[in-house]
Amino acid sequence: MTTTARPRIAVLDYGIGNLRSAERALVKMGADAVLVTEADQARGADGVVLPGVGAFGPCAEALRNSGLESVALRALEAQTPFLGICVGLQLLYSGSQEDPTAKGLGAFPGAVIGLPEGEKRPQMQWNRLVATRGDSVLMSGDADGSWVYFVHSYAPVPGPETVATCDYGGPVVAAVESGPIWGTQFHPEKSADAGLAFLGRFVAACAKEN
Amino acid sequence: MRTTRVIPCLDVTGGRVVKGVGFVDLTDAGDPAELAQRYGEEGADEVVLLDITASSDERDTLISVVERTAERIFVPLTVGGGVRSVEDARRLLRAGADKVSMNTAALANPSLVAEVAAIFGRQCVVVAIDAKRRQGGWEVVTHGGRRPTGLDAVTWAVLAQRLGAGELLVTSMDRDGTRSGYDLELLSGITAATSVPVIASGGVGGLEDLVAGAAVGGADAVLAASIFHFGSHTVAEAKSAMAQAGLVVRPS
Repeated sequence: MTTTARPRIAVLDYGIGNLRSAERALVKMGADAVLVTEADQARGADGVVLPGVGAFGPCAEALRNSGLESVALRALEAQTPFLGICVGLQLLYSGSQEDPTAKGLGAFPGAVIGLPEGEKRPQMQWNRLVATRGDSVLMSGDADGSWVYFVHSYAPVPGPETVATCDYGGPVVAAVESGPIWGTQFHPEKSADAGLAFLGRFVAACAKEN
Repeated sequence: MRTTRVIPCLDVTGGRVVKGVGFVDLTDAGDPAELAQRYGEEGADEVVLLDITASSDERDTLISVVERTAERIFVPLTVGGGVRSVEDARRLLRAGADKVSMNTAALANPSLVAEVAAIFGRQCVVVAIDAKRRQGGWEVVTHGGRRPTGLDAVTWAVLAQRLGAGELLVTSMDRDGTRSGYDLELLSGITAATSVPVIASGGVGGLEDLVAGAAVGGADAVLAASIFHFGSHTVAEAKSAMAQAGLVVRPS
């Protein structure tokens, strides 16, 4: 994809995991994506991506210590297009059962809880999305029913921001959306063409801000 | 819903994909990045890349292979071989690996598993277990099956999970390269004793072996190398055989 005005997307690099694939996938979908390690580098970005792997507490702590939490909070307050991925989605909530003392960003009031009893943890597999709200931009196109890759042991309790679930011992929140604030519990950057389509929709939303 | 993953495995040495019988008699099967891309396009659910020589002087070669491979696929990539320290794991993850697999180093230094899990999360920690049958069970072996450890494979699997493994890659060294099917009893033994995902490996000769690994062995993912590399079967054929047998797979 080539456009004259590629939206600038800041991928918050706070020292957690493999972020190159997210960066490459966003570039492939038409963004000028940059890994940012300092708050200044994110200034003027048209969109912010908050990745996250591992556990809630260490991610929340690393985000805070990196000085990038302020970038996330500012973007949420300014209603800049925002995409939380995996633990990045969970960080949009106030807290998680995984690390009860750790504080999230609090964009959504609900709690993050463990996957249903009796299922393997983590859910480490591809699963099929079920759209739960008709007005979602994130879940538009042929997103309903598409297959995406999950690696997680926790997920938010369903709330009004839930736009998709997957079946894992019952419906488990797979995607959230409230205005320009989006989150995917799955890894769109690891979900082949179906995943790239989600990132394409995010890039398009950021382009509107451009 | 539980979905079974199909994982082509690239055994790499000196930057090339090779596959031999029981890790000897290596035959060249191509460029890892190119093969990985082809598998990604064919519907592979993940790709595993194992450096089977991984001497320390070859580590830079491995990093560049991982970088080139990660650039060409948009499905998860697991890399194993030569991970002996937290720093080795970090370099592979930064190069584009989503998970790192540890084998000999995990046995020599079990706390490495715990350290890597604590820093990068359990989801990126795979412990690879090479097992050989012995009276009354299976023994963990290393160095392509040449070196016995005396350790019971099921016991080690349970311990590895407790240490922080988020996934177990279980290879039967009796079956590896023989095309006679997975060691289903080994898989059942380990899946029954653990609660993290288990990848079946070693011995696939045909599509029915993949089906059995999941349906009988209880594996969450089925791994194969030569049947894919040498064109006997495609990933899509593997998935349709599995779907026909009643397993849930991501359509390719």
